[in-house]
Amino acid sequence: MKELLLGNEAVARGAYEAGVRVATAYPGTPSTEITENIAKYDEIYSEWSPNEKVALEVAIGASVAGARSICSMKHVGLNVAADPLFTASYTGVNGGLVIMVADDPGMHSSQNEQDSRFYARASLVPMLEPSDSQECKDYVKTAFEISEKFDCPVIVRLTTRVAHSRSLVELEGRNDIELKPYTKDPSKYVMMPAMARGRHLAVEKRMAELRSYAETTPLNRIEWGSREIGVITSGISYQYAREALGDVSYLKLGMVYPLPEGLIREFVSKVDKLYVIEELEPFLENQVKKMGIKVTGKELLPVTGEYSATLLREKLRGIKFEKVYDIDLQSPARPPVMCPGCPHRGTFHVLKKLKLTVTGDIGCYTLAALPPAQSMDTCVCMGASIGMAHGMEKARGREFGKKTVAVLGDSTFIHSGITGLIDIVYNKGCSTVIILDNSITGMTGHQHNPTTGFTIKGEPTKQVDLEMLAKAVGIERVRIADPFDIKNFEKVVKEEVEADEPSVIIAQRPCALLKQVRYEGPQRINENCRKCRSCMRIGCPAIVDKGDAIEINSALCVGCKLCSNICAFNAIEKAGDNNG
Amino acid sequence: MDDLNIMIVGVGGQGTLLASRLLGKVAQKQGYDVKVSEIHGMSQRGGSVVTYVKMGRKVYSPIIEKGEADFLLAFEKLEALRWIDYLKKDGTVVLNDQEIDPMPVITGSTMYPEGIIEKLAEAGAHVRSIDALGIARECGNIKAVNMVLIGLLAGTSSISKDIWLESLKEAVPQKFLDVNVRAFNAGYMVR
Repeated sequence: MKELLLGNEAVARGAYEAGVRVATAYPGTPSTEITENIAKYDEIYSEWSPNEKVALEVAIGASVAGARSICSMKHVGLNVAADPLFTASYTGVNGGLVIMVADDPGMHSSQNEQDSRFYARASLVPMLEPSDSQECKDYVKTAFEISEKFDCPVIVRLTTRVAHSRSLVELEGRNDIELKPYTKDPSKYVMMPAMARGRHLAVEKRMAELRSYAETTPLNRIEWGSREIGVITSGISYQYAREALGDVSYLKLGMVYPLPEGLIREFVSKVDKLYVIEELEPFLENQVKKMGIKVTGKELLPVTGEYSATLLREKLRGIKFEKVYDIDLQSPARPPVMCPGCPHRGTFHVLKKLKLTVTGDIGCYTLAALPPAQSMDTCVCMGASIGMAHGMEKARGREFGKKTVAVLGDSTFIHSGITGLIDIVYNKGCSTVIILDNSITGMTGHQHNPTTGFTIKGEPTKQVDLEMLAKAVGIERVRIADPFDIKNFEKVVKEEVEADEPSVIIAQRPCALLKQVRYEGPQRINENCRKCRSCMRIGCPAIVDKGDAIEINSALCVGCKLCSNICAFNAIEKAGDNNG
Repeated sequence: MDDLNIMIVGVGGQGTLLASRLLGKVAQKQGYDVKVSEIHGMSQRGGSVVTYVKMGRKVYSPIIEKGEADFLLAFEKLEALRWIDYLKKDGTVVLNDQEIDPMPVITGSTMYPEGIIEKLAEAGAHVRSIDALGIARECGNIKAVNMVLIGLLAGTSSISKDIWLESLKEAVPQKFLDVNVRAFNAGYMVR
């Protein structure tokens, strides 16, 4: 029986079939659905961890304790988890340990376009890269075998188009692998200099063995076609190449680190013209070149953005796409926007009005950098808003600090904002931090986190109290305010930025997409409207300027009433009952 | 069979993902190889979203390229215009005649283009346009826009109605089944 699965769902299925017992993750597009789907299996303990570093540490602990374990994250998450990764490479494993990392070429939902393959080389850990959902499942299972056979963590790398494409997958049963016995072994698991020196030697020996394994594993395969052109490729690029170049010869690498030098030389010797086709960095290409092999890759193909069959046809075969439909109309851009009813809209309306410098962070609220709000100044990485606000104040002085706030979400604050907050207190900063507490991890599609009071499986658990947490690290001024109560929220922000001590404002209102949030439904604009357009300034996609009138789109409006709070003329009221 | 490429375009939140999953099931039930490519995350937040459904004897890339789509299933007029280059010569646009203003229009920095349907047709595209939002509303839930459009597409295709309905039942939650079937049938009846 075949099922049509997302790459991420197939990874989850692979983990289940491989007998995984522990799965950890911090959500991040395009990796989130892996662990969301693992959570559906009762046989596997799964968790949302506070961040990727903790997630990997939990998985390493589970592995050392004898369980097959999997830890999943997006590419930038691997930066957070890099510290345990590099040393887990030295300790090796007991139960198999697989790290899933999902890169995002083209940056559909990311702040950079980093190529995580370099982590495999830097940490001396093998890396596999599937091309479709069936391979996602198969490779995860093979990764566990490699992990246990060679005593190392294994990274499986996805890219967005593999993670978020569905294709057919043959399902199999679960291999109920027993826990391996746990025995104390400080020479392997306590990485202090004397022991680590020994382990580094073991790692180098393992890499040599893995290079031999790469030569014969079915993960790497040659598909012979016309020998005029040979293509070395992997992952989604293989699919684009197949489509663009058809029946030429392919060396499809399922294992992208370490590379099979012998197999590559054999392939190269039998083709006339050699291409390496890979998105992002010339990771394969440079290694092939280092073998002294002449190859064409990045001199024709870009290191930025996603590839496509069209791009390969154009760059490698000189075939250009010709327009079929000639239409003389421009399409205005449609950038993503905060949803109707979004609680962040109130917050940024106030921050814009007060003309504050806003150090921002990663989440739906990053959209506040775009028009019409345009009230976010920076966005670097998870938690950076707080450290950056502190840095700005230290660089430019207290007066500048009084016009600066850090803004980040509840989940982001727990992920890595809390350490920044401690820094402000410890180093005598006076910054104001606004935690946008919308009761959920929003951008990645509603995952629980330590502040929501529920686990990944929806079970009730202890809830981190943000107010008490802030006070515990030494913030004496902690305020809770509703961002839709615009007048009060503005007053609170003004007071806190003025205060000569650090402060935290918890902007509390749940995400409008949460099921338990029930607003009264579409509003309409009545005859009291003076067309002052102040409601337009909140940038709600449901409010439309029709030139001679302002209208509310009843198909979009949820009835959050932020606009009615702002309207000075009582011109916005509930629309009649017509189901929307 | 010939390969069949269906591209679904719309605005984040309109239910395009469910439509693509349903189409994936339709393909699978007919024994085709199939790939469906989705985009999750930031662009979903009210932005322009696109999903690809490709079926055939063997599908490699999950992405439909320019000039390759047999059908452009457009949940919103401006999105049909934006993605028209992806439609094959003689391809068909199945269109929800709804306007959702994008932020640059809302803020007044540009205008919503006029005469989209006429221009698409003049340029040679076959356009099947309906008021899917109005029909969905009559069926009892404006969120069923996606099923009205799927119904219209189904009526245009040569695939049997039973396969569509079976796939629909597997794709939507039980408690919303009735309204979705009503919406599908309403779209299917449009001629």
